[in-house]
Amino acid sequence: MNRATSTIASLLLGLAMLAGNAFAQLTIEITGSGANQIPIAVLQFAGESALPASISDIVEADLQRSGRFRMLYAGGVSSPPSELAQVNFADWRSRLADAILIGSVRRLSDGRFEATFRLLDVQKRAELGGAVYTFAASQLRLTAHKISDFIHEKLTGERGVFSTRIAYVVKQQGRFELKVADADGQNALTVLASPEPILSPSWSPDGTRLAYVSFQLKKPAVYVQDLIGGRQIPVANFKGSNSAPRWSPDGKQLAVVLSRDGGSQIYLINPDGSNLRRLMQTTAIDTEPFFSPDGQFIYFTSDRGGSPQIYRASIGDGQAARVTFQGDYNVSPRVSPDGKTLVYIARNSGRYQLTAMDLESRQTQVLTDTQRDESPSFAPNSRMILYATEVGGRGVLAAVSSDGRFRQRLTVQAADVREPAWGSFLGN
Amino acid sequence: MNKTLVVVLTGLSVMLIHGCSSQPPVESKVAVEERAPTVVKPAAPASPSTGSQTSGGVTVKPLPPTTTAVSPLKDPNNILSKRSIFYDYDSDAIKDEYRPMLQAHTKYLNDNRSARMLIQGNTDERGSREYNIALGQRRADAVKRLMGLLGAQDAQIEAVSLGEERPRCEEKNDACYAQNRRSDLLYGGEY
Repeated sequence: MNRATSTIASLLLGLAMLAGNAFAQLTIEITGSGANQIPIAVLQFAGESALPASISDIVEADLQRSGRFRMLYAGGVSSPPSELAQVNFADWRSRLADAILIGSVRRLSDGRFEATFRLLDVQKRAELGGAVYTFAASQLRLTAHKISDFIHEKLTGERGVFSTRIAYVVKQQGRFELKVADADGQNALTVLASPEPILSPSWSPDGTRLAYVSFQLKKPAVYVQDLIGGRQIPVANFKGSNSAPRWSPDGKQLAVVLSRDGGSQIYLINPDGSNLRRLMQTTAIDTEPFFSPDGQFIYFTSDRGGSPQIYRASIGDGQAARVTFQGDYNVSPRVSPDGKTLVYIARNSGRYQLTAMDLESRQTQVLTDTQRDESPSFAPNSRMILYATEVGGRGVLAAVSSDGRFRQRLTVQAADVREPAWGSFLGN
Repeated sequence: MNKTLVVVLTGLSVMLIHGCSSQPPVESKVAVEERAPTVVKPAAPASPSTGSQTSGGVTVKPLPPTTTAVSPLKDPNNILSKRSIFYDYDSDAIKDEYRPMLQAHTKYLNDNRSARMLIQGNTDERGSREYNIALGQRRADAVKRLMGLLGAQDAQIEAVSLGEERPRCEEKNDACYAQNRRSDLLYGGEY
């Protein structure tokens, strides 16, 4: 089944690539779902050596990491152009570039900086768009990520996720730290440090709060923490275990798993700990709730059929239907923000692997070749999945594109990294 | 802080006892001169505590007499010091060998109605962390349920799960996993 699926997938990808390459020779096509990589050159910004870090380097690394672009060597240009008129389009055409990014930076009298950039279509010899960003030196990386988002959206038709944030847990020398960082792993801040385990971080849809499980009272309880003020509120600290918090898409409630009435069962609760109500009543394990993007359903893991499988229940009446049928261990369901794909962890002959299911066709595809995948989390544009896995006996974070073709890894030296959660788009 | 220290010290003495008892008997044919043991505390600052003597810069303090007032919960010879239940893979079944121990703890709770017990269920590291919290909960719940059948009061016991988060053994092999699939019984003040 999986082999057949992946064969079909590679056939389709092959076709897409052929079409993409043929098309790419003519002009830049903004496609909604292209798996082809767009060849682009990011030139040095004039004057950026005055900054503590290079904007063009950060943009280049962003685009590279997304898997959507093929970065062309931008060196060998004696003085990088910063204006359209200075660009030698014939040269870039011979280098097979579809697009190039040019820009400049200048210091303002108030000490801030101004970055001007233009994205150019090499075939049409025209500007696709550009902007001027004003920023303090401390916002340099964020500014670069916003430029990357601009390029991503212009060239792929989809929002970029370079200026979003991720949360994860680091275990080092018996201590646990809940951290928040930029999507590229930079600018990491510690939200909570504890000698007791921390797990299951979940971002509020507006990106201002994190729900998580902490063992700080020597048992699992659910907390919500405000990222600006830092205040921690206990949301679910009932008798027994309190686990697996997940925000509803409107941010008005959390799904949690409690054992207070026996077993492990799914409840809904307001983020201030009020208005507790039980979603379903079974004698089985029901856990790992995850809201569908429309907020009408909850996907969850249950062993009601004898082995852990993924089910979907209606919030309205709690009626549940089974979703996974292959294998005897399918857990950790997460639905993509566009509602099209379900990812989960499937056990295949002792290997725990990130697996994607197309919710319309129900076709499945194993996305990784690792052994110990856990805790998947979709990027807010549904294109990448961040997850935890193990390499050389150590916990690392990895990301894979939703078609399984592109992979990357994020590690922290001499520490275990686990429990990633990708935050949503901020602002507009 | 003091409590932690006491637990650590108790643990050490238990280890010492185990260490001694597990020593193979030594057959000695050499005559050994019997000597009275002396307690020497080198470089200890002279303390004004009662019963200590100072001679030649060395403080000598007699050991307190061994009392029989060791808590039954800590006495390694008492079944109440047994606190862990181990499980087969993917199972929450409590093996018969743990029944006498659970009966003893049930009796202790009934004899000491102000005592509180926390049962912590644990799993090995394989699989989902959140699902493992649920599996550990099932193990802890099963212990609590059995103690209830044996006569324990519901209000004295809380069953929680630590999932895979607190392994006793951190290697990745079956022997280690077997040590981590367990429930631990803790009394109020021990956690």
